[in-house]
Amino acid sequence: MTGLRYVYAVCRPFGTPLQAQLTGVGGDPPRLVPHHGLVAVVSHVPEADFAEEPLRAHLEDLDWLTGVARAHQGVIDALTTVTTPLPLRLGTVFRDDSGVRTMIEAREESFLRTLERLEGRVEWGVKVYVEPERPTDAPAEPAAKPASGRDYLRQRRMRTKAQDDLWQRAETFATRLHETLSECAEDSRLHAPQNPALSGAAGRNVLNAAYLVPRAESEEFVERVDRTKDGAPGIRVELTGPWAAYSFAGEETAGEEGA
Amino acid sequence: MTTPSRLPEPYGQGGGANLADILERVLDKGVVIAGDIRINLLDIELLTIKLRLVVASVDKAKEMGIDWWESDPALSSRARRDELARENAELRERLARLEELEPSRAREEAP
Repeated sequence: MTGLRYVYAVCRPFGTPLQAQLTGVGGDPPRLVPHHGLVAVVSHVPEADFAEEPLRAHLEDLDWLTGVARAHQGVIDALTTVTTPLPLRLGTVFRDDSGVRTMIEAREESFLRTLERLEGRVEWGVKVYVEPERPTDAPAEPAAKPASGRDYLRQRRMRTKAQDDLWQRAETFATRLHETLSECAEDSRLHAPQNPALSGAAGRNVLNAAYLVPRAESEEFVERVDRTKDGAPGIRVELTGPWAAYSFAGEETAGEEGA
Repeated sequence: MTTPSRLPEPYGQGGGANLADILERVLDKGVVIAGDIRINLLDIELLTIKLRLVVASVDKAKEMGIDWWESDPALSSRARRDELARENAELRERLARLEELEPSRAREEAP
């Protein structure tokens, strides 16, 4: 069986070796394909899994996809500790090293421009959730059937008002947080909120943002996020990172592939 | 050549990283390059369904009532209007029943 080349990322040459025990997609250790002052980071993957037909079939399988996604992110993560990688989207596969080198040559200028822009920067993810509604917090009001239409109306109004107030506060909070964090980041992206079915997060996601921050300023950024975490009842702030600059890598090539 | 300065400890990553976060980034962000094996992720049926799960489209998000990023100061969403409409219908019904029972009192107290 001949192997195909699964490409994770393109970087500038870096001196620090990757962890020896690092494995990528399908358990193959990531290898470097240097070309023209750039390096592609690849794994050899079996054709039986990554040729067009099997790959298409596998992508319909969420468990398989999850494994590949975690392996992909694991390699990008390892690269982030030693250099500034330009992460490619999952499932970028070439026949052989020569195909990878041809691709590097064709896009060399754009890669270099983007790498220049992202050099020494990482991405931080910040999400804001409205905590799930607790069963009525109103004291001494058992959730019994309202005694009268009038009671019913009053209870309903109180519940609706409490919920509206919380939404209003969450919206104001998220907007202000995003403004604050944008000020101390070089760039930001607002992503669509995540569905709890996959994130497993409690509450409703009202802000899902990514911030591009120089490594050197990351600690300050993290502290700033930490400081916002308290004093907002019913609202939760979640920080993830440092990620490779996934959300900021695509502009140079956006639209070229009709994706 | 980069010499990374010390980074804070990772938050919410590694083995326990939220799958939605990872899928959102590896499927939807990053550089899109057509390899020799050409798979258009958007063509894949299950994936589009899952992607809608992971990354609710902006339309979907609007339905869910989250459209503030369009610098709209009001949460003016269909979903919430539907909720209000339902509630309104329910109240009318209750009020009607109330009026049937106690016509005079209900009129005095109706908002």
